[in-house]
Amino acid sequence: MLKLEGLRSGYGRIQALHGIDLEVREGEIVTLVGANGAGKTTLLMTICGDPRASAGRVVLGGEDITGLATHHIMRKGIAHSPEGRRIFPRMTVLENLQMGAATADPAHFDADLKRALDLFPRLNERLDQRGGTLSGGEQQMLAIARALMSRPRLLLLDEPSLGLAPLVVRHIFEIIRTINRDQGVTILLVEQNAYHALRLAHRGHVMVNGRIALSGSGAELLANPEIRAHYLDGGAA
Amino acid sequence: MEYFLQQMINGLTLGSIYGLIAIGYTMVYSILGMINFAHGTIYMLGAFISLIAYLAATTIGGAPVVVALMVALFATMAFTALWGWTMERVAYRPLRQAPRLAPLISAIGVSIVLQNFVAQAQGARVKPLPPVIQGGFTLMDGDGFSVNLSWMQIIVIVMTLALMAGFSWMIAHTRLGRAQRACEQDMKMASLLGIDIDRVVSTTFVIGAALAGVAGLMVTLYYGVIDFYIGFLAGIKAFTAAVLGGIGSLPGAMLGGLLIGLIEALWSAYFSIEYKDVATFGILIMVLVFRPTGLLGRPDVEKI
Ligand SMILES: Nc1ncnc2c1ncn2[C@@H]1O[C@H](COP(=O)(O)OP(=O)(O)OP(=O)(O)O)[C@@H](O)[C@H]1O
Ligand SMILES: [Mg+2]
Repeated sequence: MLKLEGLRSGYGRIQALHGIDLEVREGEIVTLVGANGAGKTTLLMTICGDPRASAGRVVLGGEDITGLATHHIMRKGIAHSPEGRRIFPRMTVLENLQMGAATADPAHFDADLKRALDLFPRLNERLDQRGGTLSGGEQQMLAIARALMSRPRLLLLDEPSLGLAPLVVRHIFEIIRTINRDQGVTILLVEQNAYHALRLAHRGHVMVNGRIALSGSGAELLANPEIRAHYLDGGAA
Repeated sequence: MEYFLQQMINGLTLGSIYGLIAIGYTMVYSILGMINFAHGTIYMLGAFISLIAYLAATTIGGAPVVVALMVALFATMAFTALWGWTMERVAYRPLRQAPRLAPLISAIGVSIVLQNFVAQAQGARVKPLPPVIQGGFTLMDGDGFSVNLSWMQIIVIVMTLALMAGFSWMIAHTRLGRAQRACEQDMKMASLLGIDIDRVVSTTFVIGAALAGVAGLMVTLYYGVIDFYIGFLAGIKAFTAAVLGGIGSLPGAMLGGLLIGLIEALWSAYFSIEYKDVATFGILIMVLVFRPTGLLGRPDVEKI
């Protein structure tokens, strides 16, 4: 479904991705782990065309989308729940969800809203609350729900567990699994929380300094002693 | 007392016009973080287009007054909207990543070009328009002084209120309004949701310009004299209104406009008409020094 070939990008003269080859197949959850500054966020954002790739290709469902403007890319069945959640703080929960559906057929809206709120009942009680006043966990739920409102085939998630209490983290990961399994959404997941994220994943990749250093199935990577030492130290709770 | 009431009515009328212009300043600021200092000249352009369209419709077309006014209204809005769109495309969009001073200079350039074009094409002398809408009511008949409310004043105030209400509703409830607010709050995220930012920015300029155009039409009808330079003062006053209300705040721009109109009218009435502009600029300076976020602004807006 998504194929990255020799993808390079960066910010001005700083290069952050040094040739990434990666594939996400239909129906998969693919997890990307890596240290701070490895380029995970840059990778997801480059798929969305912001920053633009300086070399290489992004191919979505057979179509080369490298170099398209971000808003065109996001109309091709990709949705992104970005780093830092980026909830619109002065819009209500409902308005945030409406923004998620900005490019969708308005005829679907009620059904999609119901589906999103069934996944996250807590949002249902807070539809009129301003996004900026939600708790961190609620904001994360809203960010995922908002991304789902466009009926994506491919969902990009950038550190959905960041800063959340362990119980909420587990809940979020369960929901990611549900979205993938029950709604058939393909997921590319970036996580620091390697244990949960790799357990969930069909396949995973480890990023180091803008390159893919290691790839394998979720289980393989979890069993890899190097990964255990670097990314699972104390994280296996 | 009668005198005071009369000045209130005059001030509200004037303030309506400032308020309409102020909306454009505040909207552009809230989405791009930039003051469109060429905005005042759009109002001047609107005044001239409305004069030309009205005269053309009545003298050449032989249209009745109501029809001619409608023609003038649509022509004014269409032309100023087109000008707003062009200005953004030509003078601002290429500079969006540039240092903040660049679009400012570009704005001054655009103003000078438009002002001089109008001065060349229409002549630098004051253009009069005989009163189109006359008559009104006498609200109160004091001894030696009566309070009058003219039809023209009613039209200005009602039309302004209607435009402001309609526009506020659009921002609050339509897809376009939501997209506009989303861009204001987080442009990158809006584009990640498939919003075409450039289009939203264009629309912002178009709407702001059309509203300033309507203000220009109303000032032509209300005062009956215009010249190519009116955009400068009115622009600064409307900018002051936007700052007073809280730059970036839509209700703030409207409130600020009304307040500046009232202050100007009352100042002229009780202190000195020669120094009425000083009052406005005094307010601008005081607000910037003591309360840069204005009356209704959010505390987190950055300094201009
Ligand atoms: N806007 C930017 N301008 C300049 N450099 C940037 C920018 N954003 C990221 N970088 C640099 O690009 C590199 C990759 O950053 P990126 O945010 O992709 O890392 P990451 O893997 O997501 O890290 P983290 O786990 O901390 O979120 C880093 O060296 C970072 O400093
Ligand atoms: Mg990151």
